[in-house]
Amino acid sequence: MPSEFFLASIWLIPLFPLAGAAVLLMFGRRLPNSGVNLAGVGSVGLAMVFAFGAIAQLIARAPAQRVVEIVLFDWVPAGIMHTMSGHVVNFNAQWGMLLDPLSAVMLGVVTGVGFLIHVYSTGYMAHEGGYYRFFGYLNLFMFSMLVLVLASNLLLLFVGWEGVGLCSYLLIGFYFLRRSASDAGKKAFIVNRIGDAGFILGLFLLLNTIGTLRFTEVGPAIDAGGFAVGSGVMTAIALLLFVGATGKSAQIPLYVWLPDAMEGPTPVSALIHAATMVTAGVYMITRMNAVFQLAPVALGAVATIGAVTAIYAASMGLVQNDIKRVLAYSTVSQLGYMFLALGVGAFTSGIFHLMTHAFFKALLFLGSGSVIHAMSGEQDMRKMGALWGKIPITAWTFLVATIAISGIPPLAGFVSKDAILAASFDARPVLWGVGLVTAGMTAFYMFRLVFMTFFGESRVPHDVEHHIHESPRSMTVPLMILALLSVVGGWIGWPEALGGSDRFAHFLDPVIARHAEVVAAVPEATQHTTEYALMVVSVLVALVGIGLAWYFYLRKPSIPGALEEKWGGLYRLLYNKYYVDQIYDAMFVNRAKDLGTTLGAFDRGVIDGLGVNGAGWVTRAGSSVSMVWDKWIIDGLVNVAAYTVWLVSHPVRYIQSGRVSNYALLIVLGVLLFLGYYLRVTGVTLQNMLR
Amino acid sequence: MVPIGHYLFLSVALLAIGIVGIVTRRNVIIILMSVELILNAVNINLVAFSRLVGSVEGQVFAIFIITDAAAEAAVGLGIIIAFFRNRETVLADEMDILKW
Repeated sequence: MPSEFFLASIWLIPLFPLAGAAVLLMFGRRLPNSGVNLAGVGSVGLAMVFAFGAIAQLIARAPAQRVVEIVLFDWVPAGIMHTMSGHVVNFNAQWGMLLDPLSAVMLGVVTGVGFLIHVYSTGYMAHEGGYYRFFGYLNLFMFSMLVLVLASNLLLLFVGWEGVGLCSYLLIGFYFLRRSASDAGKKAFIVNRIGDAGFILGLFLLLNTIGTLRFTEVGPAIDAGGFAVGSGVMTAIALLLFVGATGKSAQIPLYVWLPDAMEGPTPVSALIHAATMVTAGVYMITRMNAVFQLAPVALGAVATIGAVTAIYAASMGLVQNDIKRVLAYSTVSQLGYMFLALGVGAFTSGIFHLMTHAFFKALLFLGSGSVIHAMSGEQDMRKMGALWGKIPITAWTFLVATIAISGIPPLAGFVSKDAILAASFDARPVLWGVGLVTAGMTAFYMFRLVFMTFFGESRVPHDVEHHIHESPRSMTVPLMILALLSVVGGWIGWPEALGGSDRFAHFLDPVIARHAEVVAAVPEATQHTTEYALMVVSVLVALVGIGLAWYFYLRKPSIPGALEEKWGGLYRLLYNKYYVDQIYDAMFVNRAKDLGTTLGAFDRGVIDGLGVNGAGWVTRAGSSVSMVWDKWIIDGLVNVAAYTVWLVSHPVRYIQSGRVSNYALLIVLGVLLFLGYYLRVTGVTLQNMLR
Repeated sequence: MVPIGHYLFLSVALLAIGIVGIVTRRNVIIILMSVELILNAVNINLVAFSRLVGSVEGQVFAIFIITDAAAEAAVGLGIIIAFFRNRETVLADEMDILKW
């Protein structure tokens, strides 16, 4: 095997799941479940082996050489074009795969977590209909996601971006016979379109500005273009790309699809709507950080939207009773954290949180799936409770993930969340405060979930109670692996303040652009004492949240009810998700439907009525005029001609009697006539003739 | 020598008889015979003038006309027989299928 075999074959990685998807979607119906497992899980397993091989070989290289780009073929050879600044460039989008530290992190997360969730799905979906279809879509998703993270230019990234959107739609609507599921799928798809419109506009504007979309060329092209910090065009590009990111990554105002996306099977929620696809926006902005760093306004928008989304989604998560919906709002909230990190310029922290979040949120979703599995499909936490001893592996791993997301050291969530909070404290103290409050709320609602599900009194209906059972090995093993990752996953980025070396940030550093002016603006490294203080504060806030949850839901279970009574308006506001769905319906959805109705009426009335029927009427009127002309004038002329002929011939025809003797007589008369005429004209007489 | 006027008189008489026969008689066979009379009136004319002028060309023409008359009589009779087989008549005024 050549020394860098895996690096040379990164282009193969997306093709494994593609082949799996092709086999499953074409022949899956005839395959037994074991065959589906082989194709569906095996292909992702192979992709994972190749991915981790490539990552290992990438790390083995010197930091400066950690970029591998493999171009398979010219994909869109558009040719000569003029950029806005007047330069002539030869634009050519290639089908190329790029592996650098950033895509390596994403590659590891996508294939690693993806593989675990595939394994888990073999247990979770074992008794569901459409088993092959599920794995076919899941493999197609893996292909799209791998294209997204490995793409070497923004256009190819967009292909993966749309591909994951399609698979998300297909998998949310997996139980398509259920109306709510197919509606949720459509909602996700349409809301994402709004964001994608921004993305593609940003993409074109970028192309038009610097003339290239290739990631390895974007940074140098921007440097060569000499754009100042805060340049208008860079701000516009950044904001447009951010609109795309808000759609895919469920940020205000386009977050509404993600909670509804929980209609899909739980492994889908874990893989697509928690660990991988929804983080695509974070990845894309990090990938485009060279643009964003030149647009402080856009970064401010990113940070603000991120922070507001974080606390806003967390507030809704406080009161939800559906176990998956709590996790969905938690996902939106954590994504908000990542955007906060990006917005304050801490790109590496954002990606770091993306990775740790993938571990513990996938674990939480899979755990909740295991709980739902045990509860025979029940998702309402009010009908759970005291499950701790009955499903021990699920309960333990779930607790680990909950502690991780709450930010208790030394678990993964603490490390990454603290990095974000530290960075935002430097840049925007107000947003740090928002993030801190969100951290407390996160701890509260997550432990509320744990307490309501696993502790306290059992509120399980009697007939369900008998069937409670621990999930099969295929589901619990992925849970345990993810639990391990949720504990140790953050250690690779252990901060220097606590004696670590923050290797993760240094690994990613080459990807983050350093514009000369921007570098000067970066503040002095935060003092370690400040960092200690921040850590203590955030851990304390998390502990307060946990304590409150414990007090409310275990110690005095009457308090939540009393609070509901006392703050009924606020409770209903949160419980009904700030009525945003209703507002959107009233403002946009119904208006769009009205527009459709109006256009439909226009179509029927004006196009069909005036246009088509009118044209028909005019044709008919014209043709009847033409018919009259034809009948009276043209035919009349013909008849006149015929009548004239008849009239002239009428007297003559009596001569033609048909009697031979008549004809003979006429001949004789004719001869006599001519003879007489001759004689008269020549003056010859009969006597003369005889002489 | 008989003067030319006699010949011409005979010829005119024959012509007149022929024409009257054609115009007045109904039987096609009679009509055919009348046509022969007219032709022979012409023959007499030709031979008479031939003798008067002293050239034989008129007589040659007369021979031609006799030949022609024989052919005409054969064809005419053939037509009449064919017609008779179809319509069982030889009367000219019943032969009117060509009228309008």
